Amino acid sequence: MTVPAPSDKGEPVTDQTAPTGADDAIVCRDVHKWFGQLHVLRGIDLTVKTGEVVVIFGASGSGKSTFIRTINRLEEHQRGDIIVDGIELTNDIRNVAAVRSEIGMVFQSFNLFPHLTVLQNVTLAPVRVRRWPMSRAEEVGMKLLERVGIPEQAKKYPAQLSGGQQQRVAIARALAMQPKIMLFDEPTSALDPEMISEVLDVMQSLARDAGMTMICVTHEMGFARAVADRMVFFDEGVIVEEGPPSQIFETPKHERTKRFLSQILH
Amino acid sequence: MTAETLPPPRTVVGPYAWLRANLFSGPISSVLTIVIGLALAWVLLQVGTWALTEARWSVVTNNLRLFLIGQYPADQAWRIWVNLLILSVLGGLSAAAFGQATRTLAVTLSVIQLMLAGLMVLSPLGIVPAAAMLANAAIVWVAFVAARRIHVPSRALVIGWLLSLPATFLLLNGIEGTPFPSISTNVWGGLLLTVLLATVGILLSFPMGVLLALGRRSELPIIRGLSTGYIELIRGVPLVTILFMADLILPLFLPGEWRLDRVARAMGGITLFSAAYVAENVRGGLQAIPTGQVEAAHALGLNGVQTNLYIVLPQALRSVIPANVGLFISLLKDTTLVTIIGLLELLGIGRAVLAQSESFGAHLEVYAFIAGVFFVLCYAMSQASYRLERAMGVGTR
Repeated sequence: MTVPAPSDKGEPVTDQTAPTGADDAIVCRDVHKWFGQLHVLRGIDLTVKTGEVVVIFGASGSGKSTFIRTINRLEEHQRGDIIVDGIELTNDIRNVAAVRSEIGMVFQSFNLFPHLTVLQNVTLAPVRVRRWPMSRAEEVGMKLLERVGIPEQAKKYPAQLSGGQQQRVAIARALAMQPKIMLFDEPTSALDPEMISEVLDVMQSLARDAGMTMICVTHEMGFARAVADRMVFFDEGVIVEEGPPSQIFETPKHERTKRFLSQILH
Repeated sequence: MTAETLPPPRTVVGPYAWLRANLFSGPISSVLTIVIGLALAWVLLQVGTWALTEARWSVVTNNLRLFLIGQYPADQAWRIWVNLLILSVLGGLSAAAFGQATRTLAVTLSVIQLMLAGLMVLSPLGIVPAAAMLANAAIVWVAFVAARRIHVPSRALVIGWLLSLPATFLLLNGIEGTPFPSISTNVWGGLLLTVLLATVGILLSFPMGVLLALGRRSELPIIRGLSTGYIELIRGVPLVTILFMADLILPLFLPGEWRLDRVARAMGGITLFSAAYVAENVRGGLQAIPTGQVEAAHALGLNGVQTNLYIVLPQALRSVIPANVGLFISLLKDTTLVTIIGLLELLGIGRAVLAQSESFGAHLEVYAFIAGVFFVLCYAMSQASYRLERAMGVGTR
């Protein structure tokens, strides 16, 4: 049996029973997830508007990474609804493919393809998934590499680059699919301290200049304060508190939020 | 205070220093060097004296046609030389169009045909086939130089190589009622048969093994079960048994008019056997790919087939080149086992030659020659493997 891949113009399978607001990029309702007996997501409700930048923070093991991985179905949620750009994530492989083509993701450990050059990393998906001609993909790819500041590394292999450069390539690779939404899963946690800012700068310009809808799992509180529209605090698989950065930093309501912030802010 | 920049420590160079450091660094190593050196010299002297004065190499040269092509009719042997000509042209063109590894292939083709030419001059086969081999060896280089001047599209070369295998069989086998009479594979033998068995075994078992490895990791239980069952079953049975089964039992299951050729049955047995081992090698490579690679590919929107084709397999196959070449070298040597189902490959021909009364007492010469031929072939394969590893950057990226 062959399943036709959704084309750019093809109609995504929309879910009529779960209406969402016109400018809602991501709607999550009562999302649950278990790893075996372990209940890691225990009813997450979160709506992200188009153009909004949401920073998720919380202790390790609080479910924040698992949550953003459910949004492009690298993890499957077992209860509740996730609707991305009007497409509900179900077991229907067409919906999963349609959602993934809307979402770019950047990983903690970069996950660049080591056997391909930097430029090939960036052009692979547009050529193979979007069926662009190589010339167009390379043109767009070079523009993206310029945007993240490393066009001169295009012919090198990932292993020849520094961590910060690799992560910027990973951002360019995700942007090459022209996603509407970007997910960042602790993008600076694996970097040497002096390389963190070069990656955060790219993310900041993406949020400010391009108006990208972004969900970032990060502990870079300076970045959160400067860029986030909203901050979400995860603890033990639930959202304990959310609000604009000014409120979260200055008047956190919850005891657990206060304690966590005091642990990481000095 | 700033740290002083110092030049690196001086290293002593020169042959004298090398000898001192590596062979005569102390009294014990000096004694060992002298004793082992004398022993080696004595062995070399004995072997050299035998090879140059006592050995009757005429048993090899007189039977050279048997060693090379078995009982393939002498008046049709030109088909083999023409076949080698086609491969030489393809090899030369590919060496220019593709990278390092194909260059080794071309050099091997040229050198082996040069060696054959040298042997043929000394044998009763005469000057014509020797000249043909010499010409082929040169044509490899002519094609190489020509392809650097005139661009040959690599797609044409790939198609050429794909067609070369069926073309070889068509040419060697012939068609009844044409100027190329059909020649039964029963008379194919010697080096020709050894190389054909090994080449077909390698070319067919590799893709089959890759599919089995992917099948064994499949999420579909039936495919996984069948693949695992096949691999474990085949690995639990000796190759000799599989060859017997392919030769004796297979015809019982096939309809009567389906008379599968004996050589084809041997090729089938070798392929089925080797595929299970390739599969386990490849599975090792697949397991070494971090899950992050697959996740990144999925996150970019690649589907399962694309992820395997562009991300997982290129990395996995590259990392198992050394293991697979090792396997294919054993496969080449294991082709000698087809003697037991009555096929006379190189070693089998050697036994047949030794059974002739005029070859009496020439065991050493015959087996030394056969060992030399196998060494040349295996060495070429391992060199090609090193080149392939380097060209693909194994261990560096």
